[in-house]
Amino acid sequence: MTAAISVRNVWKEFGDQIVLEDVSIEIAPRAFVALVGPSGCGKTTFLRMLLSQEQPSRGTILVDDRPIAKEPDADRGIVFQRYSVFPHLTALGNVLLGAEFAGAKATGRLFGRARAAAIEEARALLTEVGLAGQEEKYPAALSGGMQQRLALAQALMRKPRILLLDEPFGALDPGIRAEIHGLMRYVWNSCDITVVMVTHDLSEAFGLGTRVVAFERPRGRPEERARYGARITRDFALWPPRRPTALAASSRSGRDDAANPEPRRDDPAALPEGS
Amino acid sequence: MRLINRRPSRGFSVFLALLPFLVGLVAYAIASDLRLAANPGDKLLPAFSTLADGIRRMAFVPDPRTGDYLMLADTLASLERLAAALAIAALIGLVLGLVIGLVPLARALLGPLVAVISMVPPLALLPILFIVLGLGEAAKITLIAIGVTPFLVRDLAARVEELPVEQLIKAQTLGGSTAQIALRIVLPQLLPRLLDALRLSLGPAFLFLIAAEAIASESGLGYRIFLVRRYLSMDVILPYVAWITLLAFLIDLALKRLQRRFFPWFAARAGQ
Repeated sequence: MTAAISVRNVWKEFGDQIVLEDVSIEIAPRAFVALVGPSGCGKTTFLRMLLSQEQPSRGTILVDDRPIAKEPDADRGIVFQRYSVFPHLTALGNVLLGAEFAGAKATGRLFGRARAAAIEEARALLTEVGLAGQEEKYPAALSGGMQQRLALAQALMRKPRILLLDEPFGALDPGIRAEIHGLMRYVWNSCDITVVMVTHDLSEAFGLGTRVVAFERPRGRPEERARYGARITRDFALWPPRRPTALAASSRSGRDDAANPEPRRDDPAALPEGS
Repeated sequence: MRLINRRPSRGFSVFLALLPFLVGLVAYAIASDLRLAANPGDKLLPAFSTLADGIRRMAFVPDPRTGDYLMLADTLASLERLAAALAIAALIGLVLGLVIGLVPLARALLGPLVAVISMVPPLALLPILFIVLGLGEAAKITLIAIGVTPFLVRDLAARVEELPVEQLIKAQTLGGSTAQIALRIVLPQLLPRLLDALRLSLGPAFLFLIAAEAIASESGLGYRIFLVRRYLSMDVILPYVAWITLLAFLIDLALKRLQRRFFPWFAARAGQ
């Protein structure tokens, strides 16, 4: 089985400052990798390199055995902590955008039957993430949790192979976060997707991930900080192995399913949240 | 209670807002009375009755020579120039601002040029405009456009650069090309900001309008003021100044309403 993402001996330097030092990791298809570590340890920089928002200073990154694209593209979706959705578009417009970019090369606007089909697809997706009835609202009228659901639906519209999450739930209240974790689990189970998530919340990392990867600076004294970058210091595969439920078996029926899928008995994430 | 915590009621707010205007009017009436008592022929601070007569002559009695209502004709002439110039400036500002703000190559090419051009005092160019374009409408419209366009370009380019980088990255992950991102992400978010920038440039636009009309024109609000100045006709000048102020205020209000009407998301987005 080839790796979905393979990172080989990657270094990242900003001027004299070494941020990441000789990082290598293979990420299997359909994995849900949680990146954890103290702030300033380079996990977000690492994610940005997977997004092609930053380029590695040295080393190579392969996606599906091919060198990673030089700029962000539709193969890799992203949900940021903030500013992921467009304030000037309604919820429906935000989700529709991916289809419009794909279908109308020059203007980015669909008309007629193509638009109707895209709207139907977007509405279905909005229902799946639990935003039925909110289609005509602007993001400013949605709560933080709803905005992140919208950002997720928007990213999924292009059916990316890889979904990157940059502390997507960090700004949410614990209760809301638990609900959206349920949605995230459902998405990972029902879409053919590899997820890489940056988080500072360990319970979230172990609750959602199939694998938890920790970044740390082995040498953290002030005079050493600039000269030594962070590395991957821990790499846990969760036991028992968590596998996506078969695609066919997943019910794609409605919002209640989406928001509160039945937790499996051995699922540590079924434990109360916010610990 | 601390002063910082005392808030006026709605009615009291209206009263407070009107108070300085009332004080101004009363002060004017007193000063005018004093001067007219000393010299009934004084033209500097005409009485309210004289002002009313001036307004009646300019606004409600057709000019015996041309048959036009002069104030209406002046207003239309001036507003036409203003509208034409602001439309040209807005279009150039929007296109250049978007390109300079969004495309780093364009920023490197045009940013310094715009920065230099915006430092040229437009009024110093007025003689050149009159020489090159003649004394007609083109020169006046060009002066106003030259006066406000650099500001619009720089302001809108800055507004584009202010958009969170996350938005542009997200748009790329949705497969957007540069043109698609410009048309669907940046331009729609720039339009309400254009209205804000236009509101800010109304003051300079009127300045250049009056200046151009004062120097070479046959109609317009600025032309009229500078024409009757020869006769010390304060009874015409003062109502015209008040009228120009009111026009500018109403245009500002209209732009604000327009923004709220067509970009409801813009005001709401503040919390994001």
